Amino acid sequence: MSSAPVVLEVSDLKKHFPIRGGLLGTPVGHVYAVDGVSFSIRRGETLSLVGESGCGKSTVGKSVLRLFPLTSGQVVLDGKRIDDMPASSLRMLRRKIQVVFQDPFSSLNPRMRVRDVIAEPIINFGLAKDRADLDRRVAHALDTVRLPTDAAGRWPHEFSGGQRQRIGIARALAAEPDIIVCDEAVSALDVSVKAQIVNLMQDLQKELGLAMLFISHDLAIVEHMTHRVAVMYLGKIVEVADKRSLFGAPRHPYTEALLSAVPVPDPTAKRDRIVLQGDVPSPIRPPSGCRFHTRCPYVMDRCRKEEPVLTPDATGHLAACHLHDLPASQNPLNKAGPTAFRAA
Amino acid sequence: MTEPLLSVENLQTHFRTPDGVNRAVDGVSFHVNAGETVAIVGESGCGKSVTSMSILRLIPEPPGKIAGAIKFEGRDLLKLSDKEMRKIRGNSISMIFQEPMTSLNPVLTVGRQIGETLRLHQGMSAADAEKKAIEMLELVGIPEPARRVREYPHQLSGGMRQRVMIAIALACNPKLLIADEPTTALDVTIQAQILDLMRDLKRRVGAAIVLITHDLGVVAEVAERVVVMYAGRKVEEAPVRELFASPRHPYTRGLLGSVPKLGSSLTGHTERLAEIPGLVPSLKNKIQGCVFAGRCSEATDLCRAVAPALEMKGANHMAACHYSVKESVAA
Amino acid sequence: MSATALPPGIDPALIPPGLAIAQPMPDVLPQVKPRKGFIGFLRRYPTMAIGGFLLLLMLGIAVFAPYLFTRDPTALAPALRTREPSAQFWFGSDMLGRDVYSRVLYGARVSLLVGFSVALLASVAGLFIGIVSGFSRLVDSIVMRVMDGLMSIPSILLAIALMALTRGSVQNVIIAITIADIPRVSRLVRGVVLSLREQPYVEAAVAAGTRTPMIMLKHILPNTLAPLTVQATYICAAAMITEAILSFIGAGTPPIIPSWGNIMAEGRALWQVKPYIVFFPAIFLSITVLAVNLLGDGLRDAIDPRLAKRL
Repeated sequence: MSSAPVVLEVSDLKKHFPIRGGLLGTPVGHVYAVDGVSFSIRRGETLSLVGESGCGKSTVGKSVLRLFPLTSGQVVLDGKRIDDMPASSLRMLRRKIQVVFQDPFSSLNPRMRVRDVIAEPIINFGLAKDRADLDRRVAHALDTVRLPTDAAGRWPHEFSGGQRQRIGIARALAAEPDIIVCDEAVSALDVSVKAQIVNLMQDLQKELGLAMLFISHDLAIVEHMTHRVAVMYLGKIVEVADKRSLFGAPRHPYTEALLSAVPVPDPTAKRDRIVLQGDVPSPIRPPSGCRFHTRCPYVMDRCRKEEPVLTPDATGHLAACHLHDLPASQNPLNKAGPTAFRAA
Repeated sequence: MTEPLLSVENLQTHFRTPDGVNRAVDGVSFHVNAGETVAIVGESGCGKSVTSMSILRLIPEPPGKIAGAIKFEGRDLLKLSDKEMRKIRGNSISMIFQEPMTSLNPVLTVGRQIGETLRLHQGMSAADAEKKAIEMLELVGIPEPARRVREYPHQLSGGMRQRVMIAIALACNPKLLIADEPTTALDVTIQAQILDLMRDLKRRVGAAIVLITHDLGVVAEVAERVVVMYAGRKVEEAPVRELFASPRHPYTRGLLGSVPKLGSSLTGHTERLAEIPGLVPSLKNKIQGCVFAGRCSEATDLCRAVAPALEMKGANHMAACHYSVKESVAA
Repeated sequence: MSATALPPGIDPALIPPGLAIAQPMPDVLPQVKPRKGFIGFLRRYPTMAIGGFLLLLMLGIAVFAPYLFTRDPTALAPALRTREPSAQFWFGSDMLGRDVYSRVLYGARVSLLVGFSVALLASVAGLFIGIVSGFSRLVDSIVMRVMDGLMSIPSILLAIALMALTRGSVQNVIIAITIADIPRVSRLVRGVVLSLREQPYVEAAVAAGTRTPMIMLKHILPNTLAPLTVQATYICAAAMITEAILSFIGAGTPPIIPSWGNIMAEGRALWQVKPYIVFFPAIFLSITVLAVNLLGDGLRDAIDPRLAKRL
């Protein structure tokens, strides 16, 4: 895995949304939605971005898709910087990075037949040689997502949520991308349909060697789908690691609490739940120092003043937490161990 | 055995639509004992929410129509007048909804909204109602209740609003609380807070809870008994541990197999998820045979021809499947 | 369970003994047969059907006015002034002896022409302005301030002022009412465009390499048409009323052309003694406006089923 080429590299990405007010619409403040995020994804790899609503994970996804201008930072797609590229030269590069959205109902234009939905990227990127080739490619895309070929002539409203999500995946695949951003792509689906789509995405990734940025709040799905996980809190990544390492021994108190909060479908499981107090602070006025200090059960004086940086341990497991500067015996994270799975 | 607090018998809730009658709930029976937590699980369109709305008679008639019997403390709620029903709603049976923002009135303070039910049902004075409202806010774990009581819903976060909803629901000491997807709209850490609160309150207040959810994790955490619904029907019912340990209906088995378990990367269970192929059948056509036959890998001609009845398959364990193994039941 | 519980068409021999069979549930509601075609349409969208029927009726009257036993609506007959409704003058005659029945039927032409033209022109102009300002912040900030200014003037006053600048003709009436209506339509379209731009399918189209003009044309435009059509029916109804008011106060259609507003204006002096001269055009105007509004409400419900009280 580590030898595969890097498809997407993001460094120190920032996206601040101005809050406009007053008569002239001058900015009166900023929402610090994403505030310095770095990661990279290799070919064939899935990186998951997890966090609660408002942590900025979807903004990261839209930033790497360049759906809006970035505040600062670098986004390198297949060796080319796209963060400051003008829209005209970016257009053809967009083929390499495609997206699948959460809501299967609003992600398809209700006034376009399935054929036209899937043909759109093929035509835009000039992938088809002629009309017959276009039809062949549309049929192939439908086949890849296990939909019947006659679906092409029908309208989106004739399909169920799961089928629409397949159409959305077919549209993304039709562009022959190198990486797909899945923004909560299975969150709106029913349990049994969710499993169908998760399996499909895993199969496709194996077949096509795609890289994937999987944005989700559902930790169990993330653990099932992913290779590496980045945990976000208030616009920053607080921890990045391989999934075994992260789910087995989280090195950030927020990850630890998040894992312990997930309800597990096993009534016999006995777990020590860490219930975080209070709510996520506003991204308009993020707390000083470590952004998690207002809710952290192990908060120290230093956390309120000094912002921790992502630091690797011996295995390359990155975490941004001052607790790791304490002697190992005093570090509560070491004591706690893998909270989530005592029963297992 | 004492009489259950709530017993729903052969509940049918149908809707008239321009394309035919939608049999949203078609012959569902279950009971809830005093102080017990029963979860109704199923996917969207299975009729779980319509069932809960039917209990409180919140279904508009027409186009809807409720049939069967809903016995609460011995009285059939379907036979009560609208006036008698209003006395029960929010008083001895109350409800919490999924969306805390839309179920709270944005122009009234939190205190007024809690006090309203108290003044309506218990004839409290305004001052007493506010005092009780502060008490309720404290009970549901809202810090600085004396200040919060004068705030408006938009000043509170999502988790706080759901706490207020619970406070309103519990204000009149209901015997039964119906919670329709109470944590679905909330973040994981906030969901954990609300689930903790519900468990804690149950111990202190002692109300029975009917929990409507699609989240098997939430079911495992709070429920004592589980009713599984599919296509407007109850397909299985069992105590929670029993259900998760040995599901008897293929649909329940499929449902349990299709959710990944946290910790799968450590236990090495990284195989594919179980899929339930196909789609839920339309409820506008009469279904011949078993409702799940169209998606069931074990279905035979017999399943497609005749519908299985709910049968006791083990102690307290009920399922509607021709092929599920029956343990010897002590009759 | 007894074998009699078996549904019809099942061979009892196939059923193993002791099998638990669920009893079929009775019907709670009478069966409704899903209907296709005209009956189905009528049952699903009764308001749209009634509105459409009345509007078609009016349209038929306007088109076929010469064949509906009318005479020349402008023919004077001073000897036969202000006759009560009779076999000769179905709706009576006015103070110049003209046949009110013929005038009212021909008047439908003006009303419908003004209503439809204003709805069409205002929609097209509003669509263009709305889409462009929905895509460009610069255009948006300038155009919308102009629209705010226009909207601060009551549209009837604006129309009267515009008519005062020109001479009275049906064409000028249409232009005046259209200009007064454009701000509202542009605002509506702009609002819809801004919300559509946030739709995931538009973002997916951007990611799929679609150029901005094509996004406007293929993804934004078709999805603004539905709400715009509903709005257009309301504009049409309002324009017909505005035309009648303008004509009534003498600032609209020239008196030589029979329009409902003109007929009412002429009958105004005799309102106390000869109410029918005002009554018949007023009834026709009301029915037409009602028809268009019913059609609009029906369309809105059909487009956004959540608004309709159906399950």
